Amino acid sequence: MRKNFVLAIYDDEEKLLAAAFKAREKKYKFYDIYTPFPVHGLDDAMDIKRSILPYVTFVMGLIGLIVAISTQIWMSAIDWPINVGGKPFISLPAFVPISFELTVFFAAHMTVGAFLFMNKLFPGKKPVIFDSAQTCHKFIVVHEKDAVDFDEVSKFYTDNGALEVTENSREMES
Amino acid sequence: MSDAHVSKLRTPLVTEDRTYEQISADILDSLESKPSKNWLIGFSISALFMTIGFIVIGYQVGTGIGVWGLNKTVGWSWDITNFVFWVGIGHAGTLISAVLLIFRQKWRTGINRAAEAMTIFAVACAGLYPLIHAGRPWLLYWVFPYPNTRGPLWVNFRSPLLWDVVAISTYLSVSLVFWYMGLLPDLATIRDRTKSKFRKYVYGVMSFGWDGSNRTWHHFEVLCLILAGLATPLVLSVHTIVSMDFATSVIPGWHTTIFPPYFVAGAIFSGFAMVLTLLILTRKVLNWENYVTMGHIEAMCKVIILTGTMVGLAYGTEFFIAWYSGNEYEQYAFINRATGPYWWAYWSMISCNVISPQLLWFKKLRTNLVFVFILSIFVNIGMWFERFVIITTSLHRDYLPSSWAMYSPTWVEIWTFIGTFGLFFTLYFLFIRLLPGIAVAEVKSVYKFARKNKK
Repeated sequence: MRKNFVLAIYDDEEKLLAAAFKAREKKYKFYDIYTPFPVHGLDDAMDIKRSILPYVTFVMGLIGLIVAISTQIWMSAIDWPINVGGKPFISLPAFVPISFELTVFFAAHMTVGAFLFMNKLFPGKKPVIFDSAQTCHKFIVVHEKDAVDFDEVSKFYTDNGALEVTENSREMES
Repeated sequence: MSDAHVSKLRTPLVTEDRTYEQISADILDSLESKPSKNWLIGFSISALFMTIGFIVIGYQVGTGIGVWGLNKTVGWSWDITNFVFWVGIGHAGTLISAVLLIFRQKWRTGINRAAEAMTIFAVACAGLYPLIHAGRPWLLYWVFPYPNTRGPLWVNFRSPLLWDVVAISTYLSVSLVFWYMGLLPDLATIRDRTKSKFRKYVYGVMSFGWDGSNRTWHHFEVLCLILAGLATPLVLSVHTIVSMDFATSVIPGWHTTIFPPYFVAGAIFSGFAMVLTLLILTRKVLNWENYVTMGHIEAMCKVIILTGTMVGLAYGTEFFIAWYSGNEYEQYAFINRATGPYWWAYWSMISCNVISPQLLWFKKLRTNLVFVFILSIFVNIGMWFERFVIITTSLHRDYLPSSWAMYSPTWVEIWTFIGTFGLFFTLYFLFIRLLPGIAVAEVKSVYKFARKNKK
């Protein structure tokens, strides 16, 4: 689908942050903001909901732990119990290291998987690049053109330290 | 962050004034320009030693591991020493990237990428050893509990050696993923800066379509913190489990409860020494003095003083407990370490690990790059001797004097060890050539820290 955008381009994150908060007060709806590095505070300006990744980590860690403990018990005490030096078949203290490692293994890899899935990042994905410097030294505030009045936001961002305000039209994947 | 109060006590993390564009250019120059002569020479020498190493590995796998210098009494020596040596080195990277992230130490941004890369390469070198030790490396998958046609017969979950397999595999895979996620924004920077179509394609695929959207950054920062939180206990668990390979046995000199913290401190100690060795050279050759500053070098020296002192304390505690236990085998094992036939190894260890790092208390010495470089190599040598002393001297005097023996390595073991250094440096040379050696985005995010003239 083809979409039209209004871009305000900045070269300094402090000016950008101040402008983003003012834009929030004016109720301009953000499409997104592209920055070369994380700028703390933009999350609040954009009203981004807290990431659900910690819950993914907790649940996956728990699954890892349950899988590890039940696998070890099943293999060493139920499926084929072997007497090793007279130790109990279910030697829970000895199962701790592997249970811990598998908890971390599941939690870490599944969280990374969830992160990639939620942000639709995968090898071969086409990035949304408005300006080739957006991953290097430029900060770009993007509004959908239908959502804002171009002349108004153009004046607003120029007054609030933007280098330039332009229009852009591009095919979006979703 | 940038609006923090600027105090005299805080110094900027990037010494000279730069624009964000210049920061990208400074750091990425190492991979955007043609390879230098020094790089080509260094890479060729490393690759040569790596090749020799692999030929020697091929020889011992083809002939059998009887080509090592081991005997009936000394059943573990250089093989395990070198394995533990490399695993230990592989601890500093995760410590820098994970523990220092949790403690909000902003200076980590200058060195974390190279240190994490070093971690992964060191663990890869370590991983090579169990593969060779298996004797038949193509059967190594037997260590995993998979449904097999022998029953199925499961592995013994009470064995520390199995814990080791799981711990090291988990550590390698989690460090690799942590490192790669951190690379995504920087790979996108390279993709958007390059003019070459081929590079744009390759870095485009590798950067997973990263575009710097703030929604992505939000999840990204949460992800980094979670991975750091998971990697911190993980890194402590790995060397703890390595130490249990020894501590759960009944050999005098190995059977001690102090091993886990003692090994972890030693691992961080040797890892930081290796980071210093590599970065002092890299910052000079690639003109990174602005990003890996004297402040970074000093901070790492201080970690070395701390961990070196902890290691020294552990050596003392071991001796005290051997005496206090009243167990004459335990006492003999320690007296024999210091005064027996391997006394030279013991005293090399003490002088390199306990005495030499104390010199870093002097500011004059820890800001002298040549001194710190030489000292970091001393620490590496000392930590190698520590593992040799623990492993070989505890074994070579058996309970029956008729079984007493000595050990010396054969050419096969020596060249395998040199080969792993070749592998390590080959990977490191490729890394600084193909990937951003400093976390570009992270350095930009701390650029304004403690900086008075912000533009």
